[in-house]
Amino acid sequence: MSDRFDAVIVGAGHNGLCCAAYLAKSGRKVLVLEAADAVGGAAVTQEFSPGFRVSAGAHLLHMLDPGVAADLNLAGHGLELAASDLETIALSADGAHLRLNGRRLDGAGISQAERATYTAFMDRLGRFAEILQATYLQRPPRLVEGGLGDNLALAKLAWRVRGLGRDDMRELLRIGAINIYDVLQEEFSTGLLKGAIAFDAVLGTHMGPRSPNSVLTLLHRLTGRLGREGSGLALPKGGMGAVTAAMEKSARQAGAVIRTSCAVKQILVEGGRTTGVLTAAGETIGADLVVSNADPKTTFLSLVGARSLETAFVRRIHNIRMRGNAAKLHLALSRLPEFTGLGANDSGARLVIAPSLDYLELAFDQAKYGEFSTAPAMEITIPTAHDPALAPEGKHVLSATVQYAPHALRAGWETGRDAFREIAIDCIAGFAPDIRSAILHAELLTPADIQARFRMHGGNWHHGEFTLDQFLMLRPVPGAAQYASPVHGLYLCGAGAHPGGGVMGLPGRNAALEILRRRAA
Amino acid sequence: MSAQLRDRRYLETPFHARVAAACETNQWYSWKRYTAVQCFTTVQQEYFAIRNACSVFDITPITKYRIEGPDGLAYLNRLVTRDLGKLKPGRVSYVAWCNDQGHVLDDGTVFSLGDNRWRLCSQERHLDWLLWSAVGFDVQIREETDEIAALSVQGPTSCRVLKAMGLDGVERLKPFDLGEFQAGGTRILVSRTGFTGDLGYELWMDPSAALTVWDNLMAAGEAYGIRPIGSHALDIARIEAGFIQAGVDFVPAEHAVRPGRARSPFELGLDWLVHLEKSNFNGRRALLEEKARGSRHRLVRLDIEGNKPARDSFIYDSRRRVVGTVTSATWSPSAKANIALATVKAPRGGPGDRLWAEIYYNRELQWNRVMAACRVVEGAFFDPPRRRTTPPSDY
Repeated sequence: MSDRFDAVIVGAGHNGLCCAAYLAKSGRKVLVLEAADAVGGAAVTQEFSPGFRVSAGAHLLHMLDPGVAADLNLAGHGLELAASDLETIALSADGAHLRLNGRRLDGAGISQAERATYTAFMDRLGRFAEILQATYLQRPPRLVEGGLGDNLALAKLAWRVRGLGRDDMRELLRIGAINIYDVLQEEFSTGLLKGAIAFDAVLGTHMGPRSPNSVLTLLHRLTGRLGREGSGLALPKGGMGAVTAAMEKSARQAGAVIRTSCAVKQILVEGGRTTGVLTAAGETIGADLVVSNADPKTTFLSLVGARSLETAFVRRIHNIRMRGNAAKLHLALSRLPEFTGLGANDSGARLVIAPSLDYLELAFDQAKYGEFSTAPAMEITIPTAHDPALAPEGKHVLSATVQYAPHALRAGWETGRDAFREIAIDCIAGFAPDIRSAILHAELLTPADIQARFRMHGGNWHHGEFTLDQFLMLRPVPGAAQYASPVHGLYLCGAGAHPGGGVMGLPGRNAALEILRRRAA
Repeated sequence: MSAQLRDRRYLETPFHARVAAACETNQWYSWKRYTAVQCFTTVQQEYFAIRNACSVFDITPITKYRIEGPDGLAYLNRLVTRDLGKLKPGRVSYVAWCNDQGHVLDDGTVFSLGDNRWRLCSQERHLDWLLWSAVGFDVQIREETDEIAALSVQGPTSCRVLKAMGLDGVERLKPFDLGEFQAGGTRILVSRTGFTGDLGYELWMDPSAALTVWDNLMAAGEAYGIRPIGSHALDIARIEAGFIQAGVDFVPAEHAVRPGRARSPFELGLDWLVHLEKSNFNGRRALLEEKARGSRHRLVRLDIEGNKPARDSFIYDSRRRVVGTVTSATWSPSAKANIALATVKAPRGGPGDRLWAEIYYNRELQWNRVMAACRVVEGAFFDPPRRRTTPPSDY
């Protein structure tokens, strides 16, 4: 039995790799199985046109936990940033753009008062995000069957909220569960500014600015820039694949074995315990410990199977909301496009098309009824402005997240894909009129494509929508929220587990620590 | 308009015309939205029909689900705590099923009808739970309560009556057997099952045949003391048999709101229905834990001194602490004993444990209280051998 592994990890996404590295560093024999031909999951750099490479899933690094980066020595394993603290430019059709960077705001027509409000607003949200962040570094406490440790964690959380002081605490409790629209209407007068902030709140979600929970999503996002003056938005050199490549090296150096092109077909369960996995090739790999980086629905309903679970748990998993509503647009460009009112130096910024709250809400309205937005909101990056190696000499790559694109498109994505790609390009052309003449190749990944390529149910990159009812000790569902699942020996380590989506590494790290804690006990 | 609404509030079973004609007391109640009889004549007469002759009880309101499909058996085996792996067509199994916490949702019977068809009979309604349980199984599930008329024919002469009615070979049915019979051109499914702990059968038929079957049954039974009975007489018989009833002796887990009210099968004395060696079923994990940790409650059968029924009594231990309550109580005419079913806190209620029931009774508007000693009884209070004998004697 010398070749038997202590743990099999299903999926080599960034969380699977993180979990593998932590477990391997503690001396466990770890095998990671990845269905794709390369590691990385949705944090990968892929060639989409000969010579043109792009971060095919996530395209900005802004939430990577510094502790994880240090523990895994990602810098030592080759992770470099091509750019950091990227500025966000909120595009305006008339060229009067706004510039946001962390707590700083600039732009034509922005009053001193608006600027000060913005800084105060971001500072306050930062204090709220710190409270979230504190829960992110540990396993969520149990509410019902908790022990002393759980009660202490809850008490600490309550203490931190109390520690905000009277005004902040009241404000957190007031806005924590409401929507970003109402909050922004109270604070600001500039429509373009409100659109840009709200865009960050709804990015990657099935929410419009008026949807409840859209303050929570913004706080989640802001945990990534805690302790920084700037935006915290970074471009890894070589694309997002460089992040997972460094994680892979770290895990391998610690002793983990990683096999790609090895899809897991089934997580084996006998008498309520996992006994290993069955690969698509028909190989049975025995293990007492299986850690799934796959999303909860895929893990439990497809890989484990409802038959090996209990009814109420199946119902909870079935009812997890994970509706992807964002598409990815990749353009191979013969030259840098010229955006009206921007200089050549601005091409490296993060460009946001979300001119107003109503623009966003109307875009979402269509998605609610199964249609894509005819005037979509977008987040555009041109990584080659900082990292020319991603494209042939002198050429460029544009990567954009385009909202909204409901996974369950009523007309179906086979017919919808081309139409939505053209809408997205037209939308960019509204701000960069010369773009079409520069396009050598265009690729649109719909949520259906994202589901197929990255094996994410619903094409939802958070592995489950980020809302209060799917948050903390409710993520992904009660009964599996502390990484352990009802199947003895089966753990979750993906974005569907606490603290959630974004290239953070924390679900993977926390899962590994929980496994080690339990096995030591 | 309002008259129409009132008319629709309670359904009538397909036997209603005969039942209503026979009901001399006009004592009705609602059983799962059906009009049902508490007592036709006197409870004593009806009770003794169960034990000494032949009783007929309209059980049409029992909730019935049809389960069909190649995965039906696997589905049921995951649903219930008992191992149904060996349940053959033509057999019935008494089962209980739990939620994920190992708390009993209900108890009932599974009929294996053959050709990948099963029927699940229960007290409560469970369609939502049954459908959610079907995720991952190739089964179809639908409720068929209203599509089947049913009578329970129980008592020592019940077999003889059915034979006289023309159900040839019904005497060959062993307990929990199931068979199809023809009588007077009508197809009747007969199971040797019941809720009385006596020799008895249940007849399942198409509603259109209901009145004919009733008439033939009554005609065939005239010489054997046949009598329609209501729920009161049946309740005495089922307590004597030691059978528990959902909503009376335990709260179905889906109905329990307060923490600690739901019960596990171990806590209801249904240990024998729990097969933890099955690889997976709803509640298995929790029941394994409970097995290791010990149960919190115990359902006990009590033989109580005196003759005053211990209805709703508190149960005390020898140090005069309240340790439980009575859920069902009656005077047992057959056991000649004052009996009760009670829930007590574990570890109370073991064999030989000394317990007291606090009984309040009223004599000409004066309330009195007695602390009656209780003896914990193993098994049924009344368990006649005829319940199991095949073929049954011709009483």
